[in-house]
Amino acid sequence: MSLDVAFWILAALCVGTALAVIFAKDIFHAALFLIVCFFGVAGIYVTLNADFLAAVQVLVYIGAVSVLLIFGIMLTRDPSKGSPAGKLRLPAIVVALALMGVMIGSMITFDWQTTADTSKMVSTEEIAGLLFDENGYVMTFEIAGLMLLAAIVGAIVLVRKE
Amino acid sequence: MNYHLLIPEMCLAGTAIAVILLDLVIARKGILQMASIAALIAAIVVSAALWGKADPDIFNGLLRADQFAIFFKVLFSGAAILVLLTTKDYVSKIARFQGEYYALILLSVVGMMLMAASRDLITIYVSLELTSISLYALVGFLKDPKSSEAGLKYLLLGAVASAILLYGMALIFGITGETRLAEIAAAVPAGRIWDNPLLLLGVMFMIGGFGFKIATVPFQMWVPDVYEGAPTTVTAYLSVASKAAGFAVILRVFLEAFGGDILPDWAMIFAVLGAISMTVGNVIAISQTNVKRMLGYSSIAQAGYLMVGLAAATRVDGANDPVLFGPTGLVFFLGCYALANLGAFIAIIAITNKTKSDAIDDFAGMGSRAPVISLALTLCLISLTGVPPTAGFLAKLYLFNAAVHHDLVWMVIVGVINSAISAYYYLRVVKMTWFGTPASAEGVPSSLALRLALAVACAGVLALFFYPSPLLDVARDAAQSVAGAVLP
Repeated sequence: MSLDVAFWILAALCVGTALAVIFAKDIFHAALFLIVCFFGVAGIYVTLNADFLAAVQVLVYIGAVSVLLIFGIMLTRDPSKGSPAGKLRLPAIVVALALMGVMIGSMITFDWQTTADTSKMVSTEEIAGLLFDENGYVMTFEIAGLMLLAAIVGAIVLVRKE
Repeated sequence: MNYHLLIPEMCLAGTAIAVILLDLVIARKGILQMASIAALIAAIVVSAALWGKADPDIFNGLLRADQFAIFFKVLFSGAAILVLLTTKDYVSKIARFQGEYYALILLSVVGMMLMAASRDLITIYVSLELTSISLYALVGFLKDPKSSEAGLKYLLLGAVASAILLYGMALIFGITGETRLAEIAAAVPAGRIWDNPLLLLGVMFMIGGFGFKIATVPFQMWVPDVYEGAPTTVTAYLSVASKAAGFAVILRVFLEAFGGDILPDWAMIFAVLGAISMTVGNVIAISQTNVKRMLGYSSIAQAGYLMVGLAAATRVDGANDPVLFGPTGLVFFLGCYALANLGAFIAIIAITNKTKSDAIDDFAGMGSRAPVISLALTLCLISLTGVPPTAGFLAKLYLFNAAVHHDLVWMVIVGVINSAISAYYYLRVVKMTWFGTPASAEGVPSSLALRLALAVACAGVLALFFYPSPLLDVARDAAQSVAGAVLP
């Protein structure tokens, strides 16, 4: 029961801050709201017993992504000038609302397989097994390593002066 | 554990790392090029040796080195070899970062190989990102304003496409609770796709994400700018290998995971997209004055023809094993298209390297300045049009034949009309080459490696017309290995 209350508070926080990201006039404020939204998502993971996912969410999104985001904003534009005006604002709103309608509609009508037993959630230990076991995703893990190599090499090539 | 099935990938990844390290100490960069080509040849040889082995599963079915994957491994490696052979004529523009250039090409080949072999959504996504990230960097490699703009556009739109793809995968995972393709197939709800809006949404998102890779309408908007701005060698590579990788992954995912009741539904979606794609690509290509942009729109149209093969993937009852006409035709078409398109780009690299211009008007009179290269260009463009005596003719014939077998006569009509339209802009280049007035009498220099690559491409285009049965058999086996288990 208390988990239900926590879920609804966190859900309201997420939706509220997500809306604030869109409507904030100052792009820097939008970034800060986004960080709060990330926190809310991490909180929802905790209520679902997905502790590992919550920790990764905090580490990656709040720790790394948000810093990168703020760096990007500070280096490329003057935050006090506000968000750039878009010519496509109205079409974007229409398309986004239509997509939201379709997605909410199809998700509500779908017959989801649910369980009330949150202990079924995979523990950190099992995730380690999944990631590094021969029958799990160890190959995928290695490919991700190659992907990071490609990203680093590519970034150096593009950024370095002749 | 069948680690030996991964030798091609390991060989290329190891060489990529070695090339990056050797680049620091070796002054003669030609050695790096040699090493990369040698590794690619080794990958082809090993892949071919693994053809038709009994137990192709790796990591408990996470990857599969079946005939389908092996065909594409050879195709990607072959395309990369032809591109690397021509790099010497282009290398002055990328001299500073040669080692990284070769390494990124190799890494993208590894990514594509894994894309074709993966049977798990997570692995498919990570392989696709390995490919994409290498290609983003390669597109912006020249670092001039056009190339940087192309790289940035490709990166931003590619990231959006990846996000859409991931959303689709997440929905499919939510519906089925599985990421392995075979298990998804078992868990997909019965009934047509229209009965289940969420399934439709997930499949549409995945079509969107993969559609970006194969550059079909309406996910094609990046093509002209990226093709124009990227180094021409990379454009050639993008237009062949990246597109083939997209089709490989679409065939694998849609046949293995969605080969049940919903097969006719997504085949219909691909049919409509394919028809639009051909028409839009061909009509806009007519007005292009830049040869790279023109071939960009042409590649959108070619994606449309290829999608005939996806549209014709449906079951046909009663007939004698016609089910695989579509996928077989697609695989065969990809082989022919790869040779013709690479040949055309290699000839264009040689010519534009001399004239320093991508404008079609500057091809005027090349027939007298560089007769052999012009002849090769003519042959490849004729093959792209689909006129005998070239492989492109048989490839189209085979695909349209598949469409007829599947009651898709309307697609054949659209395809034939489009081939006629495409003849106009392909042959305009040919006319300009042979009958235009040359701007000077100077010849067009080219390296031995470039001429070798061009000769291989043209020989392939001709040979597959007169003797197509080996590639057809290979294509049939490849299609059988991916679809045979699903489609009775």
